[in-house]
Amino acid sequence: MSFPWAQEYKPQGTVSKWVDERLPLPRLVYNAVGAGYPVPRNLNYFWNFGVLAGVALVIQIVTGIVLAMHYYASVDGAFNSVEHIMRDVNAGWFLRYAHMNGASFFFIVVYIHIFRGLFYGSYKAPREMIWLLGVTIFLLMMATAFMGYVLPWGQMSFWGAQVITGFFSAIPLVGEPLRQLLLGGFAPDQAALNRFFSLHYLMPFVIAGVIILHIWALHIPGSSNPTGVSIKGEQDTVPFHPYYTAKDGFGLGIFLIFFVAVTFFAPNMLGHPDNYIPANPLSTPAHIVPEWYFLPFYAILKAFTVDFGIPFTGVIIIEAKLMGVLAMFGSILLLFFLPWLDTSPVRSGHYRPLFRKFFWFGLIPCLVLLTYCGGKPPYTQWVILSQIAAAYYFIHFLIILPIVSRIERPLPLPNSITEAVTGKPLETAAA
Amino acid sequence: MSTVKKTKSTGKKPVKAPKGPAAVALNADKATSGGITADDLGVENNDQAPGVRRRDFIHIATVSFAGVGAAAVAMPLVSQMSASADVLALASIEVDVAAIQTGQSIKTSWRKQPVFIRNLTPAEVEEANKVDVGGLRDPQTLADRTKPGKENWLITLGVCTHLGCVPLGAAAGEVKGEYGGYFCPCHGSHYDTAARIRKGPAPTNLVVPEFAFISDTVVKIG
Amino acid sequence: MVRLVAFLVGLFFSGMLLIGLGDTVIKAIQEPAQPTAEHEFHEMPLAVSFAHDGPLGKFDRGQLQRGLKVYSEVCAACHSLKLVAFRDFAALGYNEEQVKALAKAWKTEVPSINPETGEAASRPAIPADKIPSPFANEVAARAANNNALPPDLSLITKARGDGTAYVYSLLMGYRDQAGYKNAEGQELLKEFPEAATPAGLHFNPWFANLNIAMANPIAGDDQVTYDDGTKATKAQMARDVSAFLTWTAEPKMENRKSAGWAALGFLIIFTVLAWMSYKTIWADKKH
Repeated sequence: MSFPWAQEYKPQGTVSKWVDERLPLPRLVYNAVGAGYPVPRNLNYFWNFGVLAGVALVIQIVTGIVLAMHYYASVDGAFNSVEHIMRDVNAGWFLRYAHMNGASFFFIVVYIHIFRGLFYGSYKAPREMIWLLGVTIFLLMMATAFMGYVLPWGQMSFWGAQVITGFFSAIPLVGEPLRQLLLGGFAPDQAALNRFFSLHYLMPFVIAGVIILHIWALHIPGSSNPTGVSIKGEQDTVPFHPYYTAKDGFGLGIFLIFFVAVTFFAPNMLGHPDNYIPANPLSTPAHIVPEWYFLPFYAILKAFTVDFGIPFTGVIIIEAKLMGVLAMFGSILLLFFLPWLDTSPVRSGHYRPLFRKFFWFGLIPCLVLLTYCGGKPPYTQWVILSQIAAAYYFIHFLIILPIVSRIERPLPLPNSITEAVTGKPLETAAA
Repeated sequence: MSTVKKTKSTGKKPVKAPKGPAAVALNADKATSGGITADDLGVENNDQAPGVRRRDFIHIATVSFAGVGAAAVAMPLVSQMSASADVLALASIEVDVAAIQTGQSIKTSWRKQPVFIRNLTPAEVEEANKVDVGGLRDPQTLADRTKPGKENWLITLGVCTHLGCVPLGAAAGEVKGEYGGYFCPCHGSHYDTAARIRKGPAPTNLVVPEFAFISDTVVKIG
Repeated sequence: MVRLVAFLVGLFFSGMLLIGLGDTVIKAIQEPAQPTAEHEFHEMPLAVSFAHDGPLGKFDRGQLQRGLKVYSEVCAACHSLKLVAFRDFAALGYNEEQVKALAKAWKTEVPSINPETGEAASRPAIPADKIPSPFANEVAARAANNNALPPDLSLITKARGDGTAYVYSLLMGYRDQAGYKNAEGQELLKEFPEAATPAGLHFNPWFANLNIAMANPIAGDDQVTYDDGTKATKAQMARDVSAFLTWTAEPKMENRKSAGWAALGFLIIFTVLAWMSYKTIWADKKH
């Protein structure tokens, strides 16, 4: 697409030529993930996670489709149909556990993929569109995962649906009608379960569509790399195939080992015991928590405890509940603006001493803390910690990043990828 | 992880001399990689036959291993579609036939398919035995289709062997067809009193499921 | 413009959080959280080991059969086991005839319809049936149990944290509340006089709120007579029924573990091959 030295697809044999002239699909694949796509030669293992996220989506779609052959979306039958899958369907326990843990692994992989982007500045020009599409995929994933968690219709499913749709009731005036519209009733029930199932089945295909756009956008400027230095010439790149297909094959093996270890030996480790109790609209679990991958956002939601108003008058402008909801959505939506908040021309965190400090000693501990506090009951110490961490989260992205970009003096960049790799200046370094 | 480290340490780590040019491996890979040549990669190509074989083998082994893995995963994905344990548990039923009078029949359900249990009259038995078996489309005697000593109990699936409709004739008042047995209204198959196909498109007689009398009046089907 | 708005939004959110932080701290000082009896006296499940523990563990069939006996003679009077069918008992080591006999002899019959009159009736269970519930519905169950609902036990060991040990601990955990002290030596009724167990409930520190509606179900030894001659001590019965309920919650556990080993072994070989492939391909490229 963009590199003049990219290898051209040469169909061999009559059939390949015939197909290429009529529907150049093999050519498309060749140029997208084959030898026709030149990729920086210095990518590290963090660059494996894009492909792994794709694999995780495929695992979810494949296991999901077969699970849907046995599941029924009814408030009386959903829980039992899941147990029917676990007990009576051939290999059903495997499919269900793989789907359930596959969701967690999808998020693990995507979170690492996002952190890669955050640290190496993959969101910066000319890759803003890739980033925007990526955040969109993340939002769609969250919606899909939430709706999927409701389907077994256990206690956490039901009360998760109750709480999350409750966010909308925080919106002034239209909140309650909006919530009723979403649920098709006053509380989660048959109508809600059915539409969640319908949408849960649809959304992964929407995600797949946005992923195609994400990859398309990626192929315009080409992949970023750990130095953040743009590709200067052919010696900086290797063809995706066989170099990165081989590396991704190895990465896939490692990923699957972890996935299999959890799925087969600790399948309920990441889940909550309460979801093995059938939904009971009359009794709330002692402690409602979302799945682990939502905990940081849940912590932000819970961290807002005071109303915003005019002091000493009792006039409330924004209630704490609404503010928590706004902040929670804001914490994700602000990622859309990241390319314009971090204005440093240097992409890679390696060459940004100040940025790097805030990343490793600020953002990462802050997210770990938010995840931890999100799963804790509302005791004082956890509330205090999540308030500090949540405040840092917003300060980091909205205040620190723009300032750091302005005041920081980056380290000297290598002249080219090849130079960074071989230690030799560009002219003498041969591939 | 750290490119910085790499750049720094380059001095220390001597550049590994490629053990036999990778071009060989890549050349060997040509078929799958869509024709990369050594020249494309800017690497000199000098042939080292043993290297070719060893490297080739690794790639082939990896890819075939991946293929075996994919096939292994495909197994549960397909086998989940076959009958589940609860369905198989209902694969046999026991029916008490004591209440069925001579000349009557009942419809029951086995494996979610209709089953006709018919208590033939002596006249019907005789009629069935009179038929010249050799001239039938699916030659079977009544004795072939019933249990010894219980020839009056005709037990068949109520599924027409043509295209799967439920024939008439089991319930009181239904048309029994030209041969006094069953008649399938979908495409006009006529079955006789031993439920053998006599006229119409059906290729074979109504299927007799596996069954046994476990007492004088209780039949186990399946 | 983007950065200005971002700055203000950031200031607003973090400011509100820091005000909230002050508010939390002030409230915590003014009205510190009071310790509760549940918090101080609720015990975590006891450490207890089973043959099926660990990645190589397999169920002890003899123990499961004994556990079934405890369930059917002690628990089944109140607790249903709706997700388990009699046919599943084949996995406990019973043959087809034994399963049939178990189903037929089950104390509760399966609700059915009288074929003559169409009225509600019941019939003996067959292997294909799920285990019949002791009560027709929730109302009946509550009416018979002082308004408490005995939970279904099919998934109980998955529906509680550390479930197998939880069931065991709960069964072994009935204590006399008078003079009960926790590990720190605090005496419950001295510290929390209002936590005295209400009438009709039973004190059990392993239950979430310390007071459980179920009376001690295995009060003493030899409450059941094991067919295999094992001495039915209280602890033995509690262990056996906990193991049995682990099986009812996860009947495919053994398949899962053996499939897991096969998958892991396969993947490790694949990963080594993929690594060799990767290294071979990259041999000439410095990166």
